[in-house]
Amino acid sequence: MRFKRSLQTLAGVLAAASVGLSVPPAHAADHANEQLYPLFSYRTGPYAPAGIPQWGGIRDYFNYINSHGGIDGVKVLVQECETAYTLERAFECYERYKHGYQGAQVAALFDTSSGFDAAISDEARADKLPVVSVAGGREDAVDGAVFPYQFPVLFDYWTESSIVINYIAKQLGGLDKLKGQKIATVYHDSGYGRDTIEPLAILAKKYGFIDIEIPVADPGEQQQAQWQQIKQQGVNWVFLRAWGVMTPVAIKTAARVGFPSDHIIGDIWSGSEEDVKPAGSAAIGYKAVTVFPSGSNFAISQTLKKEIIDPGKSDLRDTSKFGSVYYNAGLVAAIIYSEAIHTGHEKFGNRPLTPAEGQWALEHLDITPERVAALGATGLLSPLKLSPEDHEGEPSAKIQQWDGHHWVVLTGWLNGDRALFHDAIFAKAAAYAKQKNLPPRTPVTN
Amino acid sequence: MSASKLAGAVHFGATLSHGPLLSVRRAAILIALIAVYGVIPILGNDYWLNSLIIPTIVMGLAGLGLNLLMGYAGLMSLGSAAFMATGAFATFNLLLRLPFLPLPVVLLLSGLIAGLGGLIFGLPSLRIRGFYLSAPTLGAQFFLTWLFQTYHWFSNNSMSLVISAPRLEIFGYDLSSSRGRYLLVAVTAGFLLLLAHAIIRSRIGRDWMAIRDMEVAASVTGVPIARRKLQAYVVSSVFLGIAGALWAFAYLGTADSNTFSLDKSFQVLFIVLIGGSASLFGNFIGAAFIVLTPIVLDILVPVLGLDNYIDQGSIANIEPIIFGALIIFLLIKEPDGLASLFSRTIRALSIWPLRR
Repeated sequence: MRFKRSLQTLAGVLAAASVGLSVPPAHAADHANEQLYPLFSYRTGPYAPAGIPQWGGIRDYFNYINSHGGIDGVKVLVQECETAYTLERAFECYERYKHGYQGAQVAALFDTSSGFDAAISDEARADKLPVVSVAGGREDAVDGAVFPYQFPVLFDYWTESSIVINYIAKQLGGLDKLKGQKIATVYHDSGYGRDTIEPLAILAKKYGFIDIEIPVADPGEQQQAQWQQIKQQGVNWVFLRAWGVMTPVAIKTAARVGFPSDHIIGDIWSGSEEDVKPAGSAAIGYKAVTVFPSGSNFAISQTLKKEIIDPGKSDLRDTSKFGSVYYNAGLVAAIIYSEAIHTGHEKFGNRPLTPAEGQWALEHLDITPERVAALGATGLLSPLKLSPEDHEGEPSAKIQQWDGHHWVVLTGWLNGDRALFHDAIFAKAAAYAKQKNLPPRTPVTN
Repeated sequence: MSASKLAGAVHFGATLSHGPLLSVRRAAILIALIAVYGVIPILGNDYWLNSLIIPTIVMGLAGLGLNLLMGYAGLMSLGSAAFMATGAFATFNLLLRLPFLPLPVVLLLSGLIAGLGGLIFGLPSLRIRGFYLSAPTLGAQFFLTWLFQTYHWFSNNSMSLVISAPRLEIFGYDLSSSRGRYLLVAVTAGFLLLLAHAIIRSRIGRDWMAIRDMEVAASVTGVPIARRKLQAYVVSSVFLGIAGALWAFAYLGTADSNTFSLDKSFQVLFIVLIGGSASLFGNFIGAAFIVLTPIVLDILVPVLGLDNYIDQGSIANIEPIIFGALIIFLLIKEPDGLASLFSRTIRALSIWPLRR
């Protein structure tokens, strides 16, 4: 009897596993007329609060696009794959969807974490699959000659450093006033966080401020020592490059040691409602850089509200997140994706695109100010023009301030001093090409 | 856990050489060998090899490392991932800085370096016993990951802190394809399994089990307790170190110290508990369960059409709940782990036509 039962258990386990792993090919080509958007989500795990509104923004936008027939008549098939923000799960998702899903092809993969973006680099190159990282990713990948399949579009942390320093200078009354100022960068000790060490060193050398770099280990729930150090050293300004729970903890700890909140400028991933609300009143006055301004007054947001949110078709459980920074981040990613596919359609015809066509489309993406206006995204999305040589576009961002209830945008689109870093970034890309022994891409234009 | 049950779990390997020439057990092992080294590399596609089989084998190896320590020597560790990280960072630096060394030598050296770490963090086991031993190993977990993160030398001053595979080749053959990496992992696992099998049947292994079952009695009968305990930590760390190197370079192709967080240590621990304490083969079953179940659950959702009825947010949260419930269910139904279920099945099959 015991044996029979154990056999049954074993058979059950094996049957469940084989059903799970083998059925997908059974009904192939169900979605041959659709374009696959693999969404590597994290609705669980420590970073879920940052993720959920983003997936809401992405799914709601595609839902809206599909209800109007899709992108030039091609519907977008969103296939979600939960990663819990771990590399392993993201790799499994990548392998699962890199060749498409039931006939729907992948034209470009929009990834969702810096760690994965760095880790997938070699494989995406081998698979010739374009990987897009919206306002993230490795900054040397802007050199399309070395990184033909990576697109760190819209923004980078080097430009961000320069925007922050320029903003501080403006508050002080000129770039010459930076001399002798103590500017501390409190960063998440990861690839993402360390990315600003180099540009700040370059800026400190140019303007003569004192650059203090203070790491915080992941996830950053304890920062007493770091903020004590900031207080003791008499730091004037703090550039906070946090992620997830590290941001509210930083803001609260700053208040506890008596560091003024309006002298802290957060990173684009430290400037959402989820980052400041847990810090309560300590966050009033706190500033942050943003490429995804919050708000629901943009024309596209109003359309979404009418067609998706109000009829109850939204992916958001908690529709108060509509118009939040992370929701709008998702929206921006979905708009860029749709525009890239649209660019490809103009050349290849209105049908699902292959990865090679997706790469061409991304390298010829040009979202002009007029196009941004036509999309109803003026103020939400900055104009974006990519080329085979430049995989980023013209990075720009705004500075916003938390008033206790809302993010108030303080500036227009700021550009920073990208030219200052140009040589350093392209030298890094060249060094990478040399280290990996990559042949030069010929011709660079395609 | 009673001694007889444990004997049953070890039984699978122990009686190998005494059975008849064509026993079911031998046939099963032969089939397994052909499958592992012949069929899988030919039939497996990228998805199966990269996402399912390679991580299962590597985590199984890690489980094997911890099982030698926990299941056989009865010692505790919560720092498995730290030793995996040591192996991974050692491999990276050896490949980078001593490029003339062939890959097998590098893997072995990395294992030994991790073993050295195990020796150091195993020292407290001479004074501390039982659950309290989790404290120093937890210290290893935090200290080693901190070390690799803080001193950039370990990641060759790479700003992203990510160590990526410099080269994966053996005697001129490129192993970077999924098939190549699978073979590297499978062959390494084969060797380590044989080694583990030899160790637990040697004097050292028997001494470990004596210490586990009753330390005072073992000491009275002349077992060198201190040396054996340290040996357990070293051997376990060697296995974990090699598993960590394979995880970083044969599976992910890259790693940072976050890859080897405390979560991973717990994962290894669960592999041992679910697979079966004091079992070699069970680690791989446990690893298959831990690695594959979340993926199977995730794939089952669209297959069963559940995504049309439940929103993604609920699905993403229900999956880990089901996973957790399955673990509890298995631990209640099979307290000796999946290995015991498996060996009962094999044993029953071998006498099957004659029994009802």
